[in-house]
Parts: sequence; structure tokens; C-alpha cells
Amino acid sequence: MNDPRDFVAHEAALLDERRFDDWLALFAEDGHYWVPLLGAAQVDPFSHNSLAYEDRLLLQLRVDRLKNPRAHSQHPASHSQHVLQPSRIAQEGAASGEVLLHTPFIYIEARGDNQTQLSGTARHRLVRTPTGWSIRQKRIDLLNAARALPAIQLFI
Amino acid sequence: MTTYRNRPDLVAALVQDDRVHRDLYLSEELFALEQAHLFANTWVFLGHASQVPASGDFITQDIAGRPLLMVRQPDGAVHVLYNRCAHKGTQLLTDESGNTGRFFRCPYHAWTYKLDGAPLAIPLKNGYEGTQLKACESGQGLASVKHVKVYRDFVFVRLSEQGPSFEDYCGEVLGAIDNMVDRSPEGQLTVGGGVLRNIVHCNWKMYLENINDTVHPMSTHESATQAAEALWQGHAPTDPKPMAMEQILPFGSGYEFFDNMGGRVFANGHSVLGVNFSIHSNYAQLPEYEAAMRAAHGETRATEILQRSPQNSVFYPSLSVKGSPQAIRVIRPLAANRTLIEAWSFRAAGAPALLFERAMSYNRLVFSPMSVVAHDDVHLFESIQQGLRAGGNEWVSLHRNFDAAELTQSTITTNGTNELLMRNQFRAWAKSMVAGMEVAP
Repeated sequence: MNDPRDFVAHEAALLDERRFDDWLALFAEDGHYWVPLLGAAQVDPFSHNSLAYEDRLLLQLRVDRLKNPRAHSQHPASHSQHVLQPSRIAQEGAASGEVLLHTPFIYIEARGDNQTQLSGTARHRLVRTPTGWSIRQKRIDLLNAARALPAIQLFI
Repeated sequence: MTTYRNRPDLVAALVQDDRVHRDLYLSEELFALEQAHLFANTWVFLGHASQVPASGDFITQDIAGRPLLMVRQPDGAVHVLYNRCAHKGTQLLTDESGNTGRFFRCPYHAWTYKLDGAPLAIPLKNGYEGTQLKACESGQGLASVKHVKVYRDFVFVRLSEQGPSFEDYCGEVLGAIDNMVDRSPEGQLTVGGGVLRNIVHCNWKMYLENINDTVHPMSTHESATQAAEALWQGHAPTDPKPMAMEQILPFGSGYEFFDNMGGRVFANGHSVLGVNFSIHSNYAQLPEYEAAMRAAHGETRATEILQRSPQNSVFYPSLSVKGSPQAIRVIRPLAANRTLIEAWSFRAAGAPALLFERAMSYNRLVFSPMSVVAHDDVHLFESIQQGLRAGGNEWVSLHRNFDAAELTQSTITTNGTNELLMRNQFRAWAKSMVAGMEVAP
């Protein structure tokens, strides 16, 4: 998978197929998953809070929890659907091997009779590896991150 | 059909000594009566003065269905006004926060008011000559909330004319705010990092009860704590933990831990859970910060402040305080089956950035809509909200450790798993609901 835009589509598909271990393996060792509370306006994850700011350890915890039969909130289980607009390459560093992609999306999380719909832009900072790409940061800028939200149980 | 309006006898009968009726959680009529009575008769947390630092700064906030404005005055005082133009009722401000300048100007007909609500100007003034406007409420400017208390920058309101003073209402639980503010060597907190907002489809009282419930973590949070323990396995107890692990692992403590942490109830529904210790007691020590605290407060007082770290301190009916980490939760009821929960973080002046990081990290891990811990809580609250509709039993049990002697005492210190902390909330509920309620002829 040479085109990073294909990688972004693949990453979302793994989530929607609930292949969470395969998904987590896409992250670099120092990779982060970040959903800022100010959306696109937020400068960093330290001066203002976030809906989620997780390193691999916390993401692993989340994935392991989802597999636990006593994860009560997963009875019934949640399912997700990412509807992605084509990704745009926002930045490309030949020297660093990094590429930044912007992907506007609609995200739907369904559980039982309820559906939650969110929208925004995913910003992937990817780094080239011998076997393809890995995620240094997946940042989700929600349209209304700071408003009242219901429980979001999977990964946007 | 009304059942409970102007029937204080029927309302009071919903709270028995050791159980409560399901209508408390399900009835829309009772919710409307709570808005009219309970949230008017009690001192309700509105906001923090640091949200309006400069003259003209405001926040808008609904309390019990009434749109209010908190605004900083030119002389530094904080005023609370009803967010309703004296003319037609337009909300003067609809942004969440901002600065209104030196006066309010209604967007509809441009009536203007001073920051304290006094009338300033009306267009086409001549048209009011010879009318009764000046004598009428509409000519008096913006109505203000008369009973406002700014306690160490925490702003509370009592909407009803009659009722206890703030100090009489809160009593000893005020020590929890003191402790939180005193953790700043300069005695000053500011709200920082934004507010996490959750919509939970359950009754607000159920959420508040759970803040005083120590028997649920072992079973409710099993999935999150088992995952955390498995990931942390193999590390020595003395290994420095990442902050997330430091904050999540104690949720897996056993029944004995939670029982021994102890609890205390006060009059009017307030309580402190974790009077001996809590899941927050063993965060890593910070020598430089402790030195700053000793310099500010003296050796004895500094130790006293830092050693006190309750699980939760409840200011009934809607505020829960955690001195360590520096975080509060605010409960904003929206309907009988819908509640907004806010989680706020604070910066403490003169304290290291790590304290603020702890507050933000804790709120993010535990109280965010994307929390790794709260999903199971929220699922169970929503499950209870449905389950209570089932027939067969109209009552919710609060029997654990019931002792008839508790009925005649106001301040009681007890074990941490005693449902007295919840019974105490519901006794206060009944009292505040019927106070001032008229009796149907």
C-alpha cells in the first residue's frame, strides 16, 4: 500500500470490521490517538483538555477492555461506520518521511436501537516504514467537540 | 393527570426510611415539581468566578429551566441576572460566554441596561410618556437573582425568596471547597482546559446516588480494571506508574478498601465519601509543591490539607467536588430521563503544572464521553432507567446498614459502603420538595 490515501481508507475499514488488534498494530510505538475538546481550534493536548488523548498503552487497554465479556456497555455490542470524503495530502516531508492527510468524515456509531452521528475531519500524521505506513498521530477534529455528547464507545 | 402537585403528603411518602419509590426516577410530573421546588429551595452551583475575570464578562447558564446570566460588574462584584429582556422576554445573550462591554443591549428592540440590570435607554422614549411603564416590572430593568453567594469563587444561587442562608444550608461540607482551594499555595483556583459534557439518559438522582456508591466499582468496572491490571502485570509496586495507570488501577480495589474509606453525612443531603482515604490518596508525592504548601500554610495545616483527599464531596443537589485531583462534576437535570453531566478541571495558583495535568487526565479517563471507565456506568444507569419500568416491585432498596438511630441525627460518620449516604440524599429531597408546597384544597 504505497498511496497514503489508501492507508487511511484501510485504517477506517479495520475499525468498522471491529479488527481492533490489527488496527492498533498500525500505530507507531510513539503513536497517539487524539480527539481535542476544541476541535480544529486546539493547539496542543496539554493546555486544554481532550475527549481522548491516548498513547499505545491506553489504546491497548481500550482494545483489551472491549474483548472482556464483562464490558457491560457492549451488551449489545457497538458497531461503527466511517463515511470518508477523499483524503487530501496537506503536507509531505521528503526528509522526515512524514505525510499529513486531511479526511473529512461522517461517523456513525450504532448500538441496539440507538445511533450517534458525528462529523469532522481526521488528520493522520503518517510515517513511512519498510513495510508501508504507520500512524504517528490520528487527530479527530469534531464539528462540535465541546458540546454535550452521548457515550462514544469505539474509535472515531 | 396530576398526582403530586400540591400533595406534599404523597411526595413525602415516596421516600421511606430504607427505600424509595420508582416514581422518583420516572415521573415527568415530579421532574417539573423538582424544577419548581427542589432546585429553587436549595443552593445550586451556578459557575466559578474565574469564568468572568473582567468587567462585562458573562456566562449564560440554565438552572432548573430558568435562563440566567452571571456577569462581572465594574466594581469587581459578580451578579446573577435572569436572562430575559424586561420588554418582551428576549434572551439578552445566547453565547455561552463572552464580554458584553459596558452595558447589555437587547437584539430585538435595542432596550439597554447597565451591567447590574438597571434600565439605561429605550428607543422612541416619547412613546412611553403618560404610560404606566415606569411603575410596571417591565420598566424596572432586568430582574436579578437576589440570593447569590460567591464562596471562595464558587458561585451558588437560591432562586426562592424564602429559605436557609448559604452557610446554614451547606454547613460543614464547605470544608471540601476550602480543601480544594487551600491546595493552591496562593489560595486561588481558575477553571482550565474546558468542560467535558456528557448526555446520560437517566434520572439525575441516579447519577448523584452513584457518586456515593462504593459497592459498584468491583463489578461495574471489572472490564476496565482487569485490562489495566493485566497490562501493568510484572511491574514492581514501587515502579513509577504512568499517570493513567495511577488513576485507573485503584478502581479495582476490593470491598474492604471501599468500606474502610469511611463516609460522613450532613444535614440537607450533603456528604463526604472517603473520610479516611480514597482512590486518590496514593498519587505520587511532589516535594517542591509540598514545600510551597508548608511555606504558605505552616507545617501542621499543610499536612492536614494534603492528607485529606476524599473520593467525593457532595453539595446536594448538584455539585460533586474532588480536592485531589482538582476536579468537580456538575449535574444539570434536563428531563426525568435525561441529565447533563459536566466535568471541570482547575488550575491552582502557585502549584506545579502536574496538578492541572492530573485534573485533566482524570476527567478525560473517567468522565469524558470517550472515557475508558464510564461507559459501563452509563450503560448501567440507562439500564436502570428502563428496568424500573418493570412491574413486580415499585421500590428501590436502600437498606444496607440501615439503623433507626440515624433518623434523629444530622451528622453521622460511618463505613464507606453504608447506603446511609444515599438515604440522606433522599430525605433531603423530600424536605426540599415539600417546603413551601401548597396543599390542595
